[in-house]
Amino acid sequence: MRLIFEKSIPDRRGVKLPMDDVPKAKSLRGKYLRKESALLPEVSELDVVRHFTNLSKMNFSVDTNFYPLGSCTMKYNPKFCEKAAAVDNFSNLHPLWPQLLKDDYLAQGALEVLYETEKQLCAITGMAAFTMQPMAGAHGELTGAMLMAAYHKTKGGRRKYIIIPDSSHGTNPASAALAGYEVIVISTDSDGCMDLGEFKKHLNKDVAGVMLTCPNTLGIFNPRIKEISDAAHEVGALMYYDGANLNAILGKCRPGDIGFDIVHLNLHKTFGTPHGGGGPGAGPVGVTEDLVKFLPISVVAKDDRGKFYLEYNKPKSIGYIAPFYGNFGVILKTYAYILLLGKEGLTEASDAAVLAANYIRVSLKNDYDLPYDKICMHECVFSASKQKEQSGIMALDIAKYLIDNGVHPPTVYFPLIIKEALMIEPTESESKETIDSFIELMKKIAKLAKENPQELKNAPGNMPVKRLDETKAARELNLIWNP
Amino acid sequence: MNIEKGLFYTKDHDWIKIDGNQATIGISDYAQHALGDITFVELPGIGKEIKQQETLSTIESVKAASDIYAPLSGKVIKVNEALNETPELINTSTYNEGWIAVVELDKPSEKENLMDATRYEEYLKTLE
Amino acid sequence: MSYVPHTKRQEQEMLKVIGLKSKEELFRDIKPELRAKSFDLPEGLSEFEVLGRIKNLAAKNQAELINFIGAGFYDHFIPAAVDALVSRPEFYTAYTPYQPECSQGWLQAIYEYQTVICRLTGMEAANASMYDGGTALFEAVMMAIRVTGKNKIIIDSGLNMIYRTMMYTYTSNLNIEFVETKVVHGRSCREEIFKYLDDKTAAVIIQNPNFFGAVDDYSDIVEKAHSLGALVIMSVYPVSLGILKTPGEMDADIVTGEGQSLGIPLSFGGPYLGFLATRKKLVRKLPGRIVGATTDEDNKRGFVLTLQAREQHIRREKATSNICSNESLCALRALVHLCLLGKKGLINLAKLNYNKAEYAKALLDKVKGVEVKRSSPTFNEFTVHLSKNADEVVSIMYKKGFACGFPLGRFYRDMDNYLLISITEKRTKGEIEKLVKALEEVLCD
Repeated sequence: MRLIFEKSIPDRRGVKLPMDDVPKAKSLRGKYLRKESALLPEVSELDVVRHFTNLSKMNFSVDTNFYPLGSCTMKYNPKFCEKAAAVDNFSNLHPLWPQLLKDDYLAQGALEVLYETEKQLCAITGMAAFTMQPMAGAHGELTGAMLMAAYHKTKGGRRKYIIIPDSSHGTNPASAALAGYEVIVISTDSDGCMDLGEFKKHLNKDVAGVMLTCPNTLGIFNPRIKEISDAAHEVGALMYYDGANLNAILGKCRPGDIGFDIVHLNLHKTFGTPHGGGGPGAGPVGVTEDLVKFLPISVVAKDDRGKFYLEYNKPKSIGYIAPFYGNFGVILKTYAYILLLGKEGLTEASDAAVLAANYIRVSLKNDYDLPYDKICMHECVFSASKQKEQSGIMALDIAKYLIDNGVHPPTVYFPLIIKEALMIEPTESESKETIDSFIELMKKIAKLAKENPQELKNAPGNMPVKRLDETKAARELNLIWNP
Repeated sequence: MNIEKGLFYTKDHDWIKIDGNQATIGISDYAQHALGDITFVELPGIGKEIKQQETLSTIESVKAASDIYAPLSGKVIKVNEALNETPELINTSTYNEGWIAVVELDKPSEKENLMDATRYEEYLKTLE
Repeated sequence: MSYVPHTKRQEQEMLKVIGLKSKEELFRDIKPELRAKSFDLPEGLSEFEVLGRIKNLAAKNQAELINFIGAGFYDHFIPAAVDALVSRPEFYTAYTPYQPECSQGWLQAIYEYQTVICRLTGMEAANASMYDGGTALFEAVMMAIRVTGKNKIIIDSGLNMIYRTMMYTYTSNLNIEFVETKVVHGRSCREEIFKYLDDKTAAVIIQNPNFFGAVDDYSDIVEKAHSLGALVIMSVYPVSLGILKTPGEMDADIVTGEGQSLGIPLSFGGPYLGFLATRKKLVRKLPGRIVGATTDEDNKRGFVLTLQAREQHIRREKATSNICSNESLCALRALVHLCLLGKKGLINLAKLNYNKAEYAKALLDKVKGVEVKRSSPTFNEFTVHLSKNADEVVSIMYKKGFACGFPLGRFYRDMDNYLLISITEKRTKGEIEKLVKALEEVLCD
C-alpha cells in the first residue's frame, strides 16, 4: 500500500482548527523559528480514515484471528473495558489536578480507582502493597531491581548479582543490567525447571535477588519453588516474580504465599487490556510488608474521613519512576475487568487456559517433538527439530504456513533453550472448535513437512506481502521515507 | 565446514593469522554459518589497547549478535574498513577479505593457548 | 462472568483426551502447601453494574474547571477521527508486529510514525516509541554514555523537574556524574554550562521551550559541546515545532519528548508517548523497536522490525535497553493526529497557541499585581509573578471555576509567588478575558 506521504496533495486539509479569535501577535524573531516547515502529508479526513482503515485490515488481531502467541496471553478483552476507560472526567483529567490545591486533593474518583485496583491486585497476589506506576512489564522489572538495591543498601551494603534461569524472558537480564547488576544465568534441568544444584552453587551473600517466571516460559510450574525461595532468603537475597504467566494460576496460587518478595504483573496480559500493537501496557509492582517503604513516590492513601490523598513524604522511597501515577487509562480497564469477572470468573479463566494448553499438548505430541512431556500450565512448547531433520522444515516455515491459513503463529525460537521452539498459548478465550481446527492444521503441516515441504517453504502466498528480506532491511537501513 | 590450514583458532571460533608480532583476526566459517547473514560489524578503534578475552568487536546478523573476544593481547593497528559498507564479506570471504582487525601483539607467548587447524577440527567434532 | 466458551460437555471431552478426570488434576504441581491462602475478591458483576460504579467515581473528579495548566502536559483539541481509527480492533488487539506478513498495517504505520517524528524534529531516525517523555530522556542519557564512553551529564535546570527527579531515580545505582546548571531570569546560563563542559562530558540536556516557557536558540551550546566530543540531548514540545527552530537545525544529536500533545488524552497521567529520535550514524545505539523498509520475494515493498540484534529478546543483558512493550497505540494516535493536521495545519496550530498566549500576556501585563516575565520569548506557556502567594491565588481561583496555572513554589524554593500559565488553542478569547478579570479581582482583594 502507498504511504500516506505518497497520497499528499498540496493545500489539502484534514481538520479545521478552533477560531483564531485574538489579535495577531508580533512574530518571534527569525533565529527562534524553523526555516522549513515539517513536511507532513496534506490529506483530507477521508484520505486519512481510508488509509488507516485499510492498514488496519493488513493486521492479524485477537478480534479477527486465533492468536496463540506463547508468553503473550492474547486473550479476548471484553469491549466493556474499553468503554469504561473512555468515560468522561477520566480521559480528560489533567494529572496535576491533585496537586492544584494545597489542602485538598482533587480527582478523588481517579485516586479511588488507583487505590481500589491496588487492593484488588494485593488480594490476587498476596502482596502487601503495589505501586501502580510502572508502564510496562519490563519497566516493572527495572523498578523491582531498583527496589532490591534500596533494600540491600539498608541491610548493610550493595550486592552484585541477580540470578536468572536461562529460560527467562530477555527483559529479565536486560532490566537487571540496566539497574547496575551483573547477571548469573542458571541452566534448566531435565524437568524443565531451574537446576537446583547449580542454583545453590551460585547462591551467596553477593546475590541481591532471584528473578523467576512462575510458571516458567516452558509452561511448567516448579513444584520445588518453596525450596528455592527458602534458600534465597537464607542468604538474604530477595525473590522476584515475573508475572508474565500469572494467567495460569489465578485463584490457585499467590506469589506472596510462596515466598516471593517483589512481583510485577502485566495488566495487558492477564487483566483485560489489549496489547495495542505493542503497547501501552502496565506493569504494577507489588511487594511484601518489609519493602513497602521503598516503593516509588507518590503513594495513594486514604485518611480517617475516607478521603484519598497522595503521600510524598517517603524518605526511604527509591524516588520517581513515572511522571505521575502510571498508565491510568490501562489501570482503569483492569479495574473494570476484575470487577466484571470477580473471584469465580478469574479462577475459571485460569482453569480454561490450562485445560486448553494441555489439550493441544496431548493432541499434537505425536506430530511434533515435545521436549518436556508432562502436564503444562497455560502454554506448551513444542520443537520443530524433527521436521527440520526430516526435510529442512523449520519453525519459521510452520509459522508462515499458519499465517497463510489465518492463524497467528505461536511464539517461535523462544525460549532460546529449545531448538526450533513453537510456544503455544491458546488462552481461556478460544472455543474447542477453534482449537480443534488449529490442531488439524498443525497435523496437516506435520504431514506436509514429510510429503511436500516445498508448499510450506512457499508460504505465505495469501498475504499482502510474501516473505520479506530482513537481511536487506538491516544492511540497507531505510527507516524513514525520503521521496 | 571449511577450516583453513596455517591459521590458528580459538574455542570462540576466531581465526588468527600470525605474522611476526602481528596477528590478523577474523571469525571462522563455523561462526559465520551459525550467525547467518552478517548485517553489521562494530570495528574497534585504531590504537585501542586490548587484553586477551576482552571484547574486540561485535558482529550482528538479523536474529543474533555475537561479541568477538580478543584471542591475544595487544594494540589494534588496522581495521577492515570495507566491512562498514559490505559486512557480508565475512560470509563470502571468511578467511581473506572478511578479516576484522590487525593487532600488534604484547605477549606473543599467548599464542600457546590457540589451536591449529587440526585441533580446531577435532574441537568442532565435540560440539556436534 | 469469565468469557470462557467451553460447555461442561466440551470440558469433559478435552479432559478425556488429556487423560485426566478433573480440571483440578491439571494443577497437581501446585501442591497443597503452595496453594493460595486466600483469594478475597467479590463476586463478578454485570457490565451495567460496573459502569454505574465507574460513572459514580468519574463524577467525583472535578474536570469541569477552565484549564490553564500545562507544565509539560497540555489540553489540546483531538479530532474525532483519531479516536475512531485507533479504536479499530485490528490495531488495538494486535501484538507487537514480530510476524511481518500478517502485521503490515502496523509496520507501515510505525514507519510512517518514525518519518513524521523525524520531519517534526529535523532528525534522521526514530524508534517506535518509549513509555513517556521522562523515560525517553533516561534512555537518551544511557545512549549518550554508550556512544561517547563518558559518564558526565550536564542538565540545564530549565528541564522539567519531573524528568530530572526520574533521571536521578533511574541512575541512582549507576556510575554517572550529574551537574545541574542554573537558569537565570528563566533562561539557561551559558556561562555555567561552558564552565562545566569538558572532554569528560557525555551529553548536555536542554529543554525547549524550557519548563518556564522560555524559547531559545541553543546552537551555541551544541557547537561548544561538539567541539569537546559531547552530545546534546534536546527535550522538546512537539506542537511548538510547528514554528520553532528544530533540534535538527540546531545540530542536536538526540531528541526526546512527551508526545501527549499529539492527539493523546490527558487521562490522568497516562498512557502517554515518549518519542526518541537521533542521527542516522547513532542508530545502532538507539534503544527500542525500529521498523525498516525492505522488499519481498517479488520485489514488492514491505516493512519489518529491524536491527533487532540490539534488543533484549536477542541481546539480553547486553541489550541497548530492557524495553519490550512500548506505547504503539499512542504513537498511532500521534501519527493520525499529525496527518489530519497536515503541513499547514501544524503551523497554524502552533501560531494559534502562540497568538493566544501573547494575547493573555498583553492583558495580564495591565493587571495590578501581575508581572509577566519577559526576559525570554515564549511559545504558549509563560511565567508570571503575583503580588500574592500563588498557592492562595490558585485556591481562590479554583472556587471561581479556574485551574489558573501551576504554582511554581511546588517545585522551586523562592518561587512562592510565581505562576506558570499555559494557553492552548482550546482556550477562547472570552475565557482568557475571564481569567484575567478573575485574577484582577483576587489580587486587588
